[in-house]
Amino acid sequence: MMSETTTPRRLLQGNEAIVHGAMAAGCRFFAGYPITPASEIAELLSILLPAADGTFIQMEDEIASMGAVIGASLAGVKSMTATSGPGFSLMQENLGFACVTETPLVIVNVMRGGPSTGLPTSPAQGDVQMARWGTHGDHPVVVLAASSVEDCFSITVKAFNISEKYRVPVILLSDEVVAHTRECVRLPAQTEIKVVDRIRPSVPPDWYKPYEGDSRGVPPMAALGDGYRHHITGLIHDEHGFPTQNRHEIERFHKRLTKKITKGFSDIQMSRGFLLEDAEIVVIAYGSVARPALRAVEDARRQGVKAGLLQLITLFPFPRGTVSTLLKQCRAALVPEMNMGQISREVQRVNQFDCAVVKHNRVDGQFITPLEIFKHLIKL
Amino acid sequence: MPTPAQAIRHEYLRHNKKFPHVWCPGCGNGIVMGALLRAIHHLELSKDEVVLTSGIGCSGRMPTYLDFNTLHTTHGRALTFATGVKLANPALNVVAIMGDGDATAIGGNHFIHAARRNLNLTAIIINNSIYGMTGGQYSPTTPFGAISTTSVYGHIEHAFSIAELAVTAGASFVARSTVYHADLIDRLIEQAMQKRGFAVVEVISNCHVQYGRRNKLGGAVDMLKQFKEQAVTVSRAEKLSPEELEGKTTIGVLVDRELPVSTEEYKKVRRRAHESGDKV
Repeated sequence: MMSETTTPRRLLQGNEAIVHGAMAAGCRFFAGYPITPASEIAELLSILLPAADGTFIQMEDEIASMGAVIGASLAGVKSMTATSGPGFSLMQENLGFACVTETPLVIVNVMRGGPSTGLPTSPAQGDVQMARWGTHGDHPVVVLAASSVEDCFSITVKAFNISEKYRVPVILLSDEVVAHTRECVRLPAQTEIKVVDRIRPSVPPDWYKPYEGDSRGVPPMAALGDGYRHHITGLIHDEHGFPTQNRHEIERFHKRLTKKITKGFSDIQMSRGFLLEDAEIVVIAYGSVARPALRAVEDARRQGVKAGLLQLITLFPFPRGTVSTLLKQCRAALVPEMNMGQISREVQRVNQFDCAVVKHNRVDGQFITPLEIFKHLIKL
Repeated sequence: MPTPAQAIRHEYLRHNKKFPHVWCPGCGNGIVMGALLRAIHHLELSKDEVVLTSGIGCSGRMPTYLDFNTLHTTHGRALTFATGVKLANPALNVVAIMGDGDATAIGGNHFIHAARRNLNLTAIIINNSIYGMTGGQYSPTTPFGAISTTSVYGHIEHAFSIAELAVTAGASFVARSTVYHADLIDRLIEQAMQKRGFAVVEVISNCHVQYGRRNKLGGAVDMLKQFKEQAVTVSRAEKLSPEELEGKTTIGVLVDRELPVSTEEYKKVRRRAHESGDKV
């Protein structure tokens, strides 16, 4: 993934790599509120954004941060925020607004132990289901997970690209370990990075229907002030953007929002496989836990156990096809997570085979070690 | 032929929006909407450069009917969206329209921080002392002792004075009118939109349906007459004692001051960032 060319090697932490990924993807607006362990993202962007003629603002809380991010995105600027669990809770209200108005934006949630104030400086993966279902009502959203400093760069770029392409908020889950681990990486040159921008309307303003999907179900998006004056509301709306109570329009609206994501499954659902070809036991992991999981799988192979790793990059929409294929192939699936089993339930949900789905949960604020996954693995 | 006033309204109302609107007959919101349109008309702004944001409640529906870039946001958050829009494109004229509950209860924190931050924004707050849309519950501006659907035995909390709150929080321009003084609203909104910095116009309005009726204040016309009787201009209020001002509403420009405007200060931040040579 990383460049072979002459870009310099840099020692970066995950939070810093997210910033560089965002800048490379064209993000030029950040609004946020200080919170551990995400604050470095805001700090670095407060330096880099003005130098790139972008804008950084520290708002009065995370509710306001989301409002500002949506406002900036609607004005045509790629925008993001970054937070941790308590702030992410506050963002759910306006996240729903972004979903219903199909506003592209990226939210980074550097997960820490919860619930409530929880464990501010300890890693956890307790916000996975919240990322998918945190805001009220049926809504489309994309959830990605980064496992390394390198990921933090490349997946942040992907998060923006998916967000722009599908007009959908993308939540990038990181955690305290990913955020603060420093690794030596070579970031790709800007010319090697694929950047996707939202499609703008090409029709005359009089013809523009701001919520009429194209063949993919995604409406072209005009920026405020572009001459395409229209109405944007959190109420369920018709193709012109006006509130509607018409049941046919309401149903059509919901179905299009779902369909635009399902039609993009092959593009949106990302994962990485390691040693899966002949695997009899699959470890399914994501985020920082994918790294001890890989080590455990390699150790198991050395012991003659046919183990493999599926690292989920896209958590939602859950990559059912990829996971199902492996569940059919393997006799057991081990799902290590720093929560009580939030992705294992998804794995179980798509399990229609004789595969035993086994949870491995750690909720004591400590990182999962390769040894504990290995020990669990060789018993299966 | 439409009258000149009607012609202005027709120029700015959305032709493709299905009317009627949601407001009750006699509602003060229409007076404020008319004043906003006349102010924009007098300022000769193009429709494309105007962005209206609103929150939730009766006032929140106003942008729906108007032919600008309109953004009907979440409850209390109109100013946060306006902040993002303005920072992303400072060339736009951004006006947030809010109600009293919207701006000073659920959005109270955003309101005081927007005033303190002093972006070049205009905030219009229609203060009818009640949550009208949800059925007449007490708001932060419901007077002590008043009857509402959640204070049927009399309200036991004290009311915010919105304009004074904005002054204290640091807004560059703060003014107040009532819906009786319609032409004053025109002028105040016009001044507010021209002001460099955060400008607040509070308009005391009538919700005769949810507030006036329960508090025996009569219908819309009766309430407007009361606004007329209670109103005291800023210059006259300066000559009155606190006792004489009891029960009065000060109208006019309360504050008009020059302060650093953060939209403009940020340009300096960018310049310093360029000069320091930090690279992406």
